[in-house]
Amino acid sequence: MQTTGTEFEQVAMFAQTWGLVYLTVMFAGVLIYALRPGARKKFQDAAQIPFKED
Amino acid sequence: MTFLVFLPLGLISLLGLSLAAGADDAVMYGHGLLMAAFGFLGVFWVISRDGDIGGPAKAVPGGVNYNDAVIRAGLIASTFWGVVGFSVGLVIALQLAFPVLNLDLPWTSFGRLRPLHTSAVIFAFGGNVLMMTSFHVVQRTCQARLAGGWAPWFVFWGYQLFLLMAASGYVLGVTQSKEYAEPEWYADLWLTVVWVVYLLVFLGTLWRRKEPHIYVANWFYLAFIVTIAMLHIINNLAMPVTLTSTKSYVLFAGVQDALTQWWYGHNAVGFFLTAGFLGIMYYYVPKQAERPIYSYRLSIVHFWSLIFIYIWAGPHHLHYTALPDWAQTLGMTFSIMLWMPSWGGMINGLMTLSGAWDKLRTDPILRLLAISIAFYGMSTFEGPLMSIKAVNGLSHYTDWTIGHVHSGALGWVGMVSFGAIYFLAPRMFASEKLYSLRLVSAHFWLATVGIVLYASAMWVSGIMQGLMWRAYDSLGFLEYSFAETVEAMHPFYVIRALGGLLYVIGGFVMAWNVYQTAKGRIRDERPYESTPAAPQTAPAE
Repeated sequence: MQTTGTEFEQVAMFAQTWGLVYLTVMFAGVLIYALRPGARKKFQDAAQIPFKED
Repeated sequence: MTFLVFLPLGLISLLGLSLAAGADDAVMYGHGLLMAAFGFLGVFWVISRDGDIGGPAKAVPGGVNYNDAVIRAGLIASTFWGVVGFSVGLVIALQLAFPVLNLDLPWTSFGRLRPLHTSAVIFAFGGNVLMMTSFHVVQRTCQARLAGGWAPWFVFWGYQLFLLMAASGYVLGVTQSKEYAEPEWYADLWLTVVWVVYLLVFLGTLWRRKEPHIYVANWFYLAFIVTIAMLHIINNLAMPVTLTSTKSYVLFAGVQDALTQWWYGHNAVGFFLTAGFLGIMYYYVPKQAERPIYSYRLSIVHFWSLIFIYIWAGPHHLHYTALPDWAQTLGMTFSIMLWMPSWGGMINGLMTLSGAWDKLRTDPILRLLAISIAFYGMSTFEGPLMSIKAVNGLSHYTDWTIGHVHSGALGWVGMVSFGAIYFLAPRMFASEKLYSLRLVSAHFWLATVGIVLYASAMWVSGIMQGLMWRAYDSLGFLEYSFAETVEAMHPFYVIRALGGLLYVIGGFVMAWNVYQTAKGRIRDERPYESTPAAPQTAPAE
């Protein structure tokens, strides 16, 4: 983490490093939520929701 | 209780009258009166229905008493604004080919009609389609009646008032000159109020749902409503000259203003024209194909990755400008990453037809929905390509951009909306079936050929224009003057207008079909033969 430089450079550096961590963690979380084996039945049922009402 | 609505309606009237009384300019005078009329007409409307707005809320045997009246209004409004918006588009396309059609009048000049066209198709047509379908989808997938008695009606009519103020303002020269955010401060504030009520109606319906799981289409609609609220408020931060003047000054300046504008502008594409219409895809494609979405799990990954990535793509509109270089690269990188969720979503939509492809032959509504997804895939491939700096150096400020926008708007947004309108018309007007499927097929071909003419003309014209601008001779002088590039584009402008004409005719065919369906008529025509059922194989998951 850069500690010197102007305020702008510090903000830019923060965005460029922690931004990557933040998005990677979010994406991993989504993948785990969507693909965990325990949810197979839940999501199969959810896909049928449109057909319950006309 | 319902009569409590008189209080806000009275306040709106008073506000409108005081704006008109103290108006600094003629447009504010007119818009103040329009606002006052809105309040008065609202009061009369509530009285004429004896306070029973939104229809009887009593239970219906064997089901939920859905609020379909506001969806019927949405169907009429979407069709009307669609035809208006497409027609104005044709007029300005002809103006570009034949400048004499500007008529030398300020009100009919290209500069004023162009925002009228973009707002009419995006916000008036697209916005009404989104509100109507979101109200339909959220009720059906939650198995709950729309929340609020008068609130959905306030959203519908309040939005039409916003559209009227915006459209009449443009023609009379009132604009804050921000692309896709042209309405002035008072119309923006009015839209904010309407939008917050829209969000509350949507959340309230989700809140009273009987179905425990919130279906994925609702997630897309919710992301659309919430993000548009955020974008709209921040991009329109402005200081009016006086409280009774139409003129205001934006709070941002210079490159900050540009970045805010294109953060707004690109996310208007991402969340209005993409997320919202993906909500349509995730409900109406399974319904019309009569099979569940290809992969529900993919739809979840599609949703979260799309909304988390889209919000960062805006800076690609500002390549080679005063915007810091790393921010341009960031916008480009995120745009390229968007390939993944966009194509994931496209595959999810198209593969829903897997095992039912034969239906495309006999169901023109499904054909409209399928080609819309194909155009979604095509324009979300082209967009990231154009965001690459080297490509953008050629494509930016040329007609290539216009072609790209229209393959997305006419192809994806338009076609998926037509599919939803044809799906809803017989159901909402309680007609046995649509007036004519043959006319849907005619509409399909008119629109498709129209888009092909439009997009291919703009590709050729745009790339030619970009190459001519950057052509140097051996001495380092520019090879062409600007006027020479304009002259070279003329034939392509004529082809583009021809494509637009076909698309407009398609819009009128749809309006006729919806009108006849609303009247409960069925056209005497050769039916589409369905093929004998093929042996069913279990869908792979």
